[in-house]
Amino acid sequence: MNTSEALLPEKEIGLGWHPKRVLLILLIFSIVMMFAAFTSGYIVRRDEGNWREFDLPASLLFNSIIIALSSATMQWAYYSAKHDEVKRVNIGLLLTIALGIVFLFGQLHSWGDLVSGRTFFGGADANPSGSFVYVLMGVHAFHLVTGLIFVAVVLKRSLNYQVHSRATLSIGNATLYWHFLGGLWLYLYLFLLLNH
Amino acid sequence: MATSIPVSSQSQGGVGTAPVPHTEHDDHLHEHDDHHDQHWMWKYVFSQDHKMIARQFLITGMIWAIIGGALSSLFRLQLGWPEATLDWLKPVLGKWIEGGKLDPEFYLALVTMHGTIMVFFVLTAGLSGTFSNFLIPLQVGARDMASGFMNMLSYWFFFVSSIIMFASLFLETGPAASGWTIYPPLSALPQAISGSGMGMTMWLVSMVFFIVSQLLGGVNYVTTVINMRTRGMSMSKLPLTIWAFFLTAILGILSFPVLFAAALLLVFDRSFGTSFFLSDIYIAGQALHNQGGSPVLFQHLFWFLGHPEVYIVIMPAMGMVSEILATNARKPIFGYRAMIGSLIGISLLSFVVWAHHMFVTGMNPFLGSVFMFLTLIIAVPSGVKVFNWLATLWRGNIRFTAAMLFSIGFVSLFISGGLTGIILGNATLDIQMHNTYFVVAHFHLVMGSSAFFGLFAGVYHWFPKMFGRMMDEKLGYIHFWLTFAGVYLVFMPMHYVGIAGFPRRYYSWTGFDAFSQFADLNKFISAAAILAFFAQFVFIFNFFYSIFRGRRATENPWNSTTLEWTTPIVPGHGNWPGEIPAVYRWPYDYSKPGAEEDFIPQNVPYSQTPSSNLPYERELAE
Repeated sequence: MNTSEALLPEKEIGLGWHPKRVLLILLIFSIVMMFAAFTSGYIVRRDEGNWREFDLPASLLFNSIIIALSSATMQWAYYSAKHDEVKRVNIGLLLTIALGIVFLFGQLHSWGDLVSGRTFFGGADANPSGSFVYVLMGVHAFHLVTGLIFVAVVLKRSLNYQVHSRATLSIGNATLYWHFLGGLWLYLYLFLLLNH
Repeated sequence: MATSIPVSSQSQGGVGTAPVPHTEHDDHLHEHDDHHDQHWMWKYVFSQDHKMIARQFLITGMIWAIIGGALSSLFRLQLGWPEATLDWLKPVLGKWIEGGKLDPEFYLALVTMHGTIMVFFVLTAGLSGTFSNFLIPLQVGARDMASGFMNMLSYWFFFVSSIIMFASLFLETGPAASGWTIYPPLSALPQAISGSGMGMTMWLVSMVFFIVSQLLGGVNYVTTVINMRTRGMSMSKLPLTIWAFFLTAILGILSFPVLFAAALLLVFDRSFGTSFFLSDIYIAGQALHNQGGSPVLFQHLFWFLGHPEVYIVIMPAMGMVSEILATNARKPIFGYRAMIGSLIGISLLSFVVWAHHMFVTGMNPFLGSVFMFLTLIIAVPSGVKVFNWLATLWRGNIRFTAAMLFSIGFVSLFISGGLTGIILGNATLDIQMHNTYFVVAHFHLVMGSSAFFGLFAGVYHWFPKMFGRMMDEKLGYIHFWLTFAGVYLVFMPMHYVGIAGFPRRYYSWTGFDAFSQFADLNKFISAAAILAFFAQFVFIFNFFYSIFRGRRATENPWNSTTLEWTTPIVPGHGNWPGEIPAVYRWPYDYSKPGAEEDFIPQNVPYSQTPSSNLPYERELAE
C-alpha cells in the first residue's frame, strides 16, 4: 500500500469505471430502493389482512417473453458495436425499441384484462391488492419509457456513426439500463405470481 | 488556462471495462474552453460550475431559513401569549387573524411548514447542497463535478420545488397542515382540515421535485468522490468532510426513493380513489368507500426515509466540524479512522432503526425491543465521535475563530441533545414521552440546532474561499453568543415542559388546568426563541456586507492543509489554473514535531519535509 512518492499512479483509479457508468449504477440503486419500498409495502400490507385475492392476467407471460427478447436484441446490438458491425447495431437498437413499445402496449392490454377480471385501481370496488399491481406496472412502465428514450438517443448516435468498438460507453450504458429494466420486470412478475 | 488542462485529469474511464470513446474526452475539453466569455446568464444563473451552484444553494437555503424561522416566531407568539390579541399581525397574515386571534388551523399550517422548510429546504438542500457542491471537487482535487449538467439540474429542480412550496403559503385554504410527517388519513382527506386540500397537493408536488433534485445531486457527489480524486488522494487520505458528504449522499440515494414511493401512493389515495392508507373512515357523518388501507404502512415508508434523513442533516455538519476543530486546534483530528468508521456505522444503523418513531403504533413489543436495541447502539458511534472531538480539542493550541466557536457549540449541542436520545430510544420511556415537548426539545437540540451550528461554522470557515473576503469576526462572536445562549434558553426549559406532559402541536393549553403552572415557562421559551431568531440578522448582515466590503482574504487564511486552500483566492472555472496538485499525505498534519510550520498541506511531498518525517515516511520519500 505504501508505495514510494515517485511511483504515484497517474490518477486515482476509483472503481475503474467511467463517471457516467457510475452515475447510471447509482441511479439504478435508487430505482431498486423505490421498488423495494413498493414490494415490501405490498407484503406488509398483505399480512395485515383485508386483502382481496386477484387473478393475474395470463397476458403478462406474453409481455415477459417480449421484454426478455428485447434484452437479447439489445445485447446483440452491443455485441455488434464491439465488433464494428454498424448496420447490425442499428437493427438491434430498432428491434429493441419496437419490442419495448410492444411490451408497453401489452402492459396496457393486461390492465384491460385486470379490469375485466374486476380488479380495479381505485374507486369503491378497489382493494389495495389490485391497486398495488397497477402501481407496480405503471411505475415500471414509466421507467421503461425513459429506457426507450435512452435507446433512441443511442440509435441516433449510431446513425451518425458515433457508436463503434472504440465508442461503446453510451451503448454499454443503455444496455445495462435496459437489462436492468427487463430484470426488474421479471422480478415484479415473479413477485406477483408468488404473492397474489 | 483551460487549454493547459491535461486530458487525463478529467476522465479515466476504460480501465478494466469497455474502452471509452475518445470523443468523450475531447468534448469535455472543449467545454472548458467555451466557459471563458460566457453570458452572465450562463455564469450566474444556469451555471454548471459547482462553486456557483453551491452559492445558489446557500443563498436559497438562507432565504428559506429566514422564512422557517419567522414562522416559528409566529407560533411561539401564540404559545407564549395565548391570551394576547394579535391584531398587529393582520397586515402580514390577513384573514388568518380573526378577532385578534390566530386561526387554529393556520397554527397547524405554521408548525407543518416550519418543519418541512427547516428539515428539507434548509438543512438538507441548504446544508449538504451548499457544502457538498462547494467542497467535494475542491477537496478531492477535481475540476468540477462528474456531471455539471446534472448538478445544475439538481439546483433548478430544488428551485422549482421551492417556488411551489413558497406559493402554497399563500393559498386561500392555507398550506399543508398535517405536520411535516404528513400522516394519512389526516393528510389524505381534504374534508378533514382545509390544509389537506390544495396545500397538501402542492406540498406533495413540491416534494417530488425536491426528491429528484436530491437524487441528481447525490449521484453526482458519490460519483465525484469515487471517480474524480486527484493523484495520491486515496480514500484513506480524504478529509473527513468528504467522507461525511459521501456517506450522506449514499443515504440520500437509498432513502429518498422510499419517500417518493410513499408520496406517490399518498397522491393516488388523495386523487385517484385508491385505499393504500385509508380504511373504515367516517367523516362528517359519511362513510368513505375506502377499504383495506393501512395508515401504519405509510409511517413505515415515511420513517424509512425519515430516519436516515436526520443523519442526512447531521452528518455533513459532523464532517465540517471535524475539519474545523482540527484546523483551529492546530492538532490532527483524534482517531481519523475511528471517525470514518463511526460515520459508516451511523450510516448503516440509520436504516434499521426507523420504527423507534412508531413505538406507540401498537407494534409487536418484541419488534419494538429489536428497534430499541438497534437505536441504542447508535450511541456507540456517536460516543466515539464526541470523544474524538473532545480529544482533538484537548490541549490544542486553540484559535477561537467564529467557525471554531460554532464547531465547539455543535459538540455541546450534540451532547445535550444526544443524551435525551438515549431516553427516547427506550420504548418504555418513549411511550410516556411520546408526542410531548420533550421530543421537540430533543430533536431540535441534536439535529436542528446542531446542524445549524455546523452550517454556520461551515459558512464562517469557507466564506473566504467562496467570496474571496473574510467575514467580520466581532459580529461573528456576537452572533455566536446570542445564538448559543438563545438555543439553550429555548430548548432546556422545553424538556421540563415536555416531562410535565405538554403535547406537541396544541394550539393553546389555556383550557387545561394541569398545564397552567408552566404558562410562564412557555412565555420564557417564546421570548428566547424570538430573540434567537432576531440574532440571526446579525449573521445575515455580516454575510452580505462581507461579500462586498469584507476584509480581503488570502489564499489560505486559516493555515489549513486541505486542497481547496491551494487554489487561487477565488478559484475560477476548473479550480486550479495549472495542473491539479497531487496528494502525498493525510489532511491533518498540524503541529507535526520537527516541521517548520504548524501545518503541512496535503500536496507537500515527504521528500520536502525531511525534518518532520516519521520513520516509515522516510521510506516513502526515497
